[in-house]
Amino acid sequence: MREAVSRFVRDGDTVVLEGFTHLIPFAAGQEIIRQRRRDLALVRLTPDLLMDQMVAAGTASKLIFGWLGNPGVGSLHAIRRAVERDYPGPLEIEEYSHFGLLCRYKAAASGLPFFPLRGYRGTDLPRVNPHLKQVTCPFTGEILDAVSALHPDVAIVNAQRADSRGNTQIWGLTGAQREAAFAARRVIVVVEEVVPEDVVRADPNRTQIPSVVVDAVVEEPWSAHPSFVQGYYDRDNAAYLAWDRITRDPAELERYLDEWVHGLPDRAAYLARLGEETRNRLRPGPRLAGPVDYGDYR
Amino acid sequence: MTNGPGAPTRAEIMVFAACREVRDGDCVFVGVGLPNLAVQLALRLHAPRCHLIYESGVFGARPVRLPISIGDPCLVSGAAQVLPMAETFLYFLQGGRTDLGFLGAAQIDRYGNLNTTVVGRDYDHPRVRLPGAGGAPDIALNARRTVVIARQDRRKFVERLDFRTTVGWAEGGTSREALGAPGGGPTRVITDLGVYGFAEGTREMTLESVHPGVTLEQVREATGWDLKVDSPLTATEAPDEAMLRLLREELDPDRIYLKG
Repeated sequence: MREAVSRFVRDGDTVVLEGFTHLIPFAAGQEIIRQRRRDLALVRLTPDLLMDQMVAAGTASKLIFGWLGNPGVGSLHAIRRAVERDYPGPLEIEEYSHFGLLCRYKAAASGLPFFPLRGYRGTDLPRVNPHLKQVTCPFTGEILDAVSALHPDVAIVNAQRADSRGNTQIWGLTGAQREAAFAARRVIVVVEEVVPEDVVRADPNRTQIPSVVVDAVVEEPWSAHPSFVQGYYDRDNAAYLAWDRITRDPAELERYLDEWVHGLPDRAAYLARLGEETRNRLRPGPRLAGPVDYGDYR
Repeated sequence: MTNGPGAPTRAEIMVFAACREVRDGDCVFVGVGLPNLAVQLALRLHAPRCHLIYESGVFGARPVRLPISIGDPCLVSGAAQVLPMAETFLYFLQGGRTDLGFLGAAQIDRYGNLNTTVVGRDYDHPRVRLPGAGGAPDIALNARRTVVIARQDRRKFVERLDFRTTVGWAEGGTSREALGAPGGGPTRVITDLGVYGFAEGTREMTLESVHPGVTLEQVREATGWDLKVDSPLTATEAPDEAMLRLLREELDPDRIYLKG
């Protein structure tokens, strides 16, 4: 992880960290904090705890997003302080609906300059975001909304497993990982397990991201904690609830970053600190899919 | 109340009112909290063939526990389909496959337009920075029916929104159609005080019923404009004992959402 972040994430980059409630790249984000990257434009459909930490740690000068919050709990107070009171410094924001931001990824992933949608008519969003424009359909004459392609410098996505070349398999919510990976110039994939290539090739429908767009594969178990990984561990809701308290107080947030990020060398140390008991509590029971027969066509 | 499970709380009345908005066979865009309970209840009562859709990318969810968020893993296990989020918006919403959507709001006006972006008129330095749009604008734009669920007070039910995140009936009358909004617009607003519809023609929010024990005075006190009221004003139907047992014993046994 240290090497992947140091090689592929640079100061001033536009960095997408995707994973919708599922597979949130916490270990990668915290490594970015640890390496003290600065002036990043962070992009994420739902900047949750991870981006609250990254903003509080001073890595970001801009946030591009769709929905800001601690899902099911409440507010992100560090980001709110930055937006409402410029504390500890100003944070530029550029906001979309989820659909609008998804369409920006999709345009870039598809090599198009923009993507048309019906989305912003009757809302105040175009008033505060000059990137929301309109286009006339050449066939029907309908006026449609349009968003521009977003080409991030780096996309970081988590997944259950990949082979060592980067063919990446995800099950459960696939969010915007595939679109973000195809849209980005550089891609880091962080997985619970690196598996032999034949494991991937036995089930190609499950592959969301192909090796050809991947620059680095990092094997890091529990790298999405406190978010969840379908089939591996559940959301650590106690941590989400605790975050609501931590983030209200800048001093306490500082202590959290010192203890859980700067004070630890890597994710292995984080896990040791988290403890076996918490991990056991979060492991789900099995619910296996049945195998399918792809057929052997010799 | 006598030997039954005890009188329904305001939250339970809200859930039951929302439950009645679900029709059998509907494709329903569900949020967490009260809408989720409402749809779970509808599945067990009158709408066993409704489809639960979550913007996280799940169609036909059958959660076996209460989901904590719209992306809870319990929504995936046992679902009919999981799809990328972009396709959920493209095909289920923009593609016109959604019958009913539930929304919440920090502010709502008389035409059912919603604000979830900022409190205060200075967008760059708002008094309160709210979460923002998420999936709401697209649900409101595309669903055939939209139901808003919110707690009601004067700071929420406002004469003028600080920011319009999500369009309802726009400025009323035919202004929504004039915008080219494809869906059907808001049909109900359910609060802890009463249930509202939108008048034919003007599209202005109109109080249809008040919950048991709530007075019209209280409702007017909690509304920031001169509220239109249906005549005769009725009392909101309360859930019966069987429904209350279902809600309390099976759907939300830990009283996570049904407290108030």
